Amino acid sequence: MKRVSAAMAMTVATLLGGGLWMRLRAEPPRHAVPKSANGNLVVELCDGETAAEVPGIKDGQSMTRAQAQDVSQQLMAEWRRKNPHANWDEPIRVAAAEQGGSAAPAEKPPAGSKPTTPTQEGHTYGAFTDRDQKIWQAATDEFVGEGKRIFHDAKALGGTIAVSCDMCHPDAANTHPETYPKFQVQFGRVALLRDMINWCIENPVRGKPLPDDDKRLKALEAYILAQRKGVALEYGKH
Amino acid sequence: MSRGVKSIETRHHEERDRFFAGLSRLSRRSFFKLAGVAAAASWGKGLWTPRSFQLVDVANAAAEKEAAKFTFAYISDTHLYEQKLNDRFVRAILKAVDDVNALDPQPDFVLFGGDLAQLGQPAELKLGREILKTVKAPVKMMVGEHDWFLDMGDLWKEYFGAPSYSFDHKGVHFVTIMSVQEKDFWTARGMTPMERMQTVAGLDNGVQSRFEVGPEGREWLKKDLEKVDKKTPVIVFSHSPLYKYYRNWNFWTEDAEPVQEILRPFKTVTVIHGHTHQLLTNHIGNISFHGMLSTAWPWPYAPEGLPKLTVQMNRADPFNQFDGCGDGTTTVDEIGLVDALYNLWDRNPVTVRASYVTSGGKNDPPPTTTLASY
Repeated sequence: MKRVSAAMAMTVATLLGGGLWMRLRAEPPRHAVPKSANGNLVVELCDGETAAEVPGIKDGQSMTRAQAQDVSQQLMAEWRRKNPHANWDEPIRVAAAEQGGSAAPAEKPPAGSKPTTPTQEGHTYGAFTDRDQKIWQAATDEFVGEGKRIFHDAKALGGTIAVSCDMCHPDAANTHPETYPKFQVQFGRVALLRDMINWCIENPVRGKPLPDDDKRLKALEAYILAQRKGVALEYGKH
Repeated sequence: MSRGVKSIETRHHEERDRFFAGLSRLSRRSFFKLAGVAAAASWGKGLWTPRSFQLVDVANAAAEKEAAKFTFAYISDTHLYEQKLNDRFVRAILKAVDDVNALDPQPDFVLFGGDLAQLGQPAELKLGREILKTVKAPVKMMVGEHDWFLDMGDLWKEYFGAPSYSFDHKGVHFVTIMSVQEKDFWTARGMTPMERMQTVAGLDNGVQSRFEVGPEGREWLKKDLEKVDKKTPVIVFSHSPLYKYYRNWNFWTEDAEPVQEILRPFKTVTVIHGHTHQLLTNHIGNISFHGMLSTAWPWPYAPEGLPKLTVQMNRADPFNQFDGCGDGTTTVDEIGLVDALYNLWDRNPVTVRASYVTSGGKNDPPPTTTLASY
């Protein structure tokens, strides 16, 4: 018994959309493809149930692209007949959108009624889970934590007189990162938060200013900004 | 410094200091009245634009009967490292010592408000002790957490004696109270003495406990005040503010209420405290509170809990080492009320008057800020 090529199965799976593909990944179907009485090629759908015979093509031969397209559409039509309530982006709309054309506008729910708009699926951007978010949050917190450590550690800042940032700015108070960029009168030019960080490192802390791509500078910025979460951005404020 | 020949700058600054010291003793009305008299007198002599300093000299002479009973000065929160490590803070305490030594007349004594050292190390305390020896007036010492938590006060006590003590001066009962005890957070964590010290030295380090006078300290205070007449004015020196301002930074005394309760029976009580490095004013019941300036750096105002009476000092310029720092003079009047003069370096000094505090902010407000802190 011969099986249809893996590439074909992939094509069909892609057509079926992400939801089903995820299910496939979780539990690959292992069903037997029914045999054709005439020895024709039988193509299976990834749902493990739907199959179609391709007349004129013997098992082991390859289809033309047009024939493959026909079989795919046939299989999908059958799948949709069996699954009328499946959440599905109309292929015709997708095609129209790709041509920059006039896909039918999304229907607006009648005013006053509860919106029952189905959610879009099948795309990966933004399709993250709570677990993903927790991992990202942990990574961000770690970066901010590193900034906090440096902020409180004269040696890590490269200071030479044991003065660290927190000695004047407990909890990064009075650093007001939301007011940058602004004209820093004492510099005589517009400054970014990092310019002031470096000024402090050079003067009260008496270290060497950190290069722009220094990880410590980035971590310090992260900590200072994190401490002002929720404060309105007011660049240029004095 | 040589007391012989004085440069014109030195004479100018001395005159200026006298001017501001004089101003602090005058009410607004008597100032204008007397300024008018003085201006007329100067004009009569043919001086079209009299210098402002001269006005106060005249005014002071006439206002003599309002003159204060006595003054004392303070230097506080110097946070010294060894000089070879950090000369910045050493420069600052020397500036303050010059200030109080230049006061004329000299204050009756100089209070040191605590946090002489940054990490309680012998070299730091020793350096501070040597510098404070150059103060001409007698020095009254107070301990801060930065002096204490490396060896739990052993060396500080050896140098300066008991951290809590009292004395009577010109009819006022003074109490210096150790208010920066902390509950043991270090043993369970297996901290070394230096780790313990560094934890306490971090203002925003949440690992440490909150400051407190503690049961023994409160018992001592009760005993000390037992024999004092309730009409005697009491002035308390504490390092932490004896009230609750902002817990996260230990601008706070955990047992503030029971301590205030002990002070409650007295008619006039003033607490002068360190630790907060800012112009800070509060009034609770019969107690007025004044914070002291630091010579080392100013703290920002806390995000919440600022007492209503406090008129903030102008935002400090980070480009000027001394801005927002300074020392101060306290004037005690006939009935034990206190005017606190904040001698802010490189700015005009600010006086917070007893009349402002005791009137709940109605009378004689101090000048307001043009740039509040963020």
